[in-house]
Amino acid sequence: MEKEKDTARGRNDSWREELRRSMSAAERTAIPRVSMRMLDPAERIHSNSEVNLGLTPEQALQESTRCLDCPEPGCITGCPVSIDIPGFIKNIQRGNLTEAARILKETSALPAVCGRVCPQEKQCESRCIYLRMKKSPVAIGWLERYAADEHLKTARNAEHHTDSHSKEREERRKIAVVGSGPAGLSFAGDMVRRGYDVVVYEALHEIGGVLKYGIPEFRLPNSVVEAEIEALRDAGVTFHKDTVIGKTLSYDDLLNEGFSGIFVASGAGLPRFMGIPGENLIGVLSSNEFLTRVNLMGAGRPGAQTPVPHGKCVAVIGGGNTAMDSVRTSLRLGAERAMIIYRRGIEEMPARAEEVEHAMQEGVEFLTLCNPIEYIGDEKGRVRAIRVQRMTLGEPDASGRRSPVPVEGAVDTIEVDEVIVSVGVSPNPLIPNSIDGLEISSRGTICVNEDMQSSLPLIFAGGDIVRGGATVILAMGDGRKAAAAMHSYLNGEQS
Amino acid sequence: MFEIKNKEHFSENVVRLDVYAPEIARSRKPGHFVIVRSNPDGERIPLTIADADVKAGTIALVVQAVGESTRRICGLEPGQSLADIVGPLGRPTEIFNSGTVVCCGGGVGVAPLSPIIKAMKEAGNTVISILAARNKDLIILEKQVREHSDEVIIMTDDGSAGKKGLVTDGLRELLDSRKIDRVVTIGPAIMMKFVAALTKEYNVPTICSLNTIMVDGTGMCGACRVTVDGKKRFVCVDGPEFDAHQVNFDEMMMRMRAYN
Repeated sequence: MEKEKDTARGRNDSWREELRRSMSAAERTAIPRVSMRMLDPAERIHSNSEVNLGLTPEQALQESTRCLDCPEPGCITGCPVSIDIPGFIKNIQRGNLTEAARILKETSALPAVCGRVCPQEKQCESRCIYLRMKKSPVAIGWLERYAADEHLKTARNAEHHTDSHSKEREERRKIAVVGSGPAGLSFAGDMVRRGYDVVVYEALHEIGGVLKYGIPEFRLPNSVVEAEIEALRDAGVTFHKDTVIGKTLSYDDLLNEGFSGIFVASGAGLPRFMGIPGENLIGVLSSNEFLTRVNLMGAGRPGAQTPVPHGKCVAVIGGGNTAMDSVRTSLRLGAERAMIIYRRGIEEMPARAEEVEHAMQEGVEFLTLCNPIEYIGDEKGRVRAIRVQRMTLGEPDASGRRSPVPVEGAVDTIEVDEVIVSVGVSPNPLIPNSIDGLEISSRGTICVNEDMQSSLPLIFAGGDIVRGGATVILAMGDGRKAAAAMHSYLNGEQS
Repeated sequence: MFEIKNKEHFSENVVRLDVYAPEIARSRKPGHFVIVRSNPDGERIPLTIADADVKAGTIALVVQAVGESTRRICGLEPGQSLADIVGPLGRPTEIFNSGTVVCCGGGVGVAPLSPIIKAMKEAGNTVISILAARNKDLIILEKQVREHSDEVIIMTDDGSAGKKGLVTDGLRELLDSRKIDRVVTIGPAIMMKFVAALTKEYNVPTICSLNTIMVDGTGMCGACRVTVDGKKRFVCVDGPEFDAHQVNFDEMMMRMRAYN
């Protein structure tokens, strides 16, 4: 019901009707999709600078003009959090970037982040009407990034100073947030806006969670994340780093400190390994370790004391975004040969299409239909080769992707000096293990109801600690949903 | 933030720092460790907690200068601060009355062992402590250990204090002469390996505390993985203490050289 209202919202405003009338559908659909300006591959593999440079105002106008402002926009149904996509795009077209950003912020807490990291080709853009005309979809992600970036450049301090300062401090209820990744940040933003005192606890020494330790700067600059965190600070959110809930402070400590509610967004912590021989050799590491050393600890940058392997011949195992991030980071650390080893085909890769494309432009080799079965070390215990089993695609599995089947006898040996294992993560057991009475699934995730509320009524949870490994946008959606639900729960309880 | 309140030199390369970290001082238990970053460019390194003073809000870290990061930490003076300390991490030691417990500490391993010795004694155990080092000057915390032990044996490689010999020489004598119910060992990996091999001969349950390479210390990176009973375990969240008879020490020692 609400979704239908969202869809129709603002479409009948006279300015939008005028925009629609100003050009025929035939003219609009004749406009080609813009190309993203980007750093040259040969140049960018020697720097950590962001690859995509963003749209120019002219490009943004052209791309937003392409949008047909459909009466029943498919894009909204493709968005996990149902952003009013035509609404923000048409505001870009008429030049009202403040309103475009406001519409985005209504639904997505961190649009500058989502515009960069959402798999648009699987979500909003996959439902664009242009695809039915066999044309490229409207570049929704690039437009989202454009509106968010332009807005961050200008009026960031003007917003969200709404009711958060209206109540006397002592009257306000305190809410604790565990984890400062996308779910935690979006929850914190919504709750501070509702007038709560929000304290976010982060285990690491930097705020931002996976946005900082995981996603590299060439895909999501830290300055973008910092700007969003600063905006939350301005709005009144308090951040405590170096604090592990369940260790530094217990659940009871939080209750004793007077918190009325707790949102757990501690993420999917533990890296998975495949359990094959040689996996503990020196030079075989998880993508979490590799990316944390580089992104969080600054390894490889002048002055940084944290070491990281600088492999010359690097194999990254896996086909997700983290695998792409790892393989492209290894190139930037000086790898001469960097390859993805993935047991299915390119089409089955879960990574964003744009990341795969960028990796290919940068010279990453894709060894698809290959599955590592053993790592071989030298006399010092350093990895020197991988044995891979060639695969072929069989019947579709539960995920709908065709499942890989070994080709008997087809085993190759590939020489490497570094392996980065990027085959997924499991939920971090730290919180689940430290709170009595919290219901945990067999996969180790926190069980929640449709309101993101756990078996302990004061604890809500969202993001990967509930989903077990999903996307930034879904984590943010969880944060927003939990904020709304906790707010009504706390108020219902009070009345 | 994490201000150094007091500093004491144990030997040329070993210092004790009492650092202001009131939340950790309150929540830590014997066996726990912390991750420390000395300065904004610094690495995150694991250090075991030697003691805590809840009232003063301090924890005691005993640090041996072996690399760049530990040298920096050892060079800090009271009034200066560490950039970050997070913890307490890992699982605490399982303390129970098992009868007669031998606690074997080597080098700075005596520091994390000392709160365990105290807790073992408080739990009603007869506690025999063996402190081992290369020479007299490297024996640390002898006074504290004596306070909570029924008996203390000092072993030095050169015989400059106590008996001449390795920790295992002292331990073998005990195992031969009386009934030992449990052994706890903390020290260099090679020492723990030989302690484990010895107690396995005598079939005495033995726990060791591992100090591996770590980044986050909360299970996220997997740098600390070791093989225990043929299975992959993370020292930071599954440990740092394990059944010493099941630990693959050779692999662990190999992995410690990853960045050398």
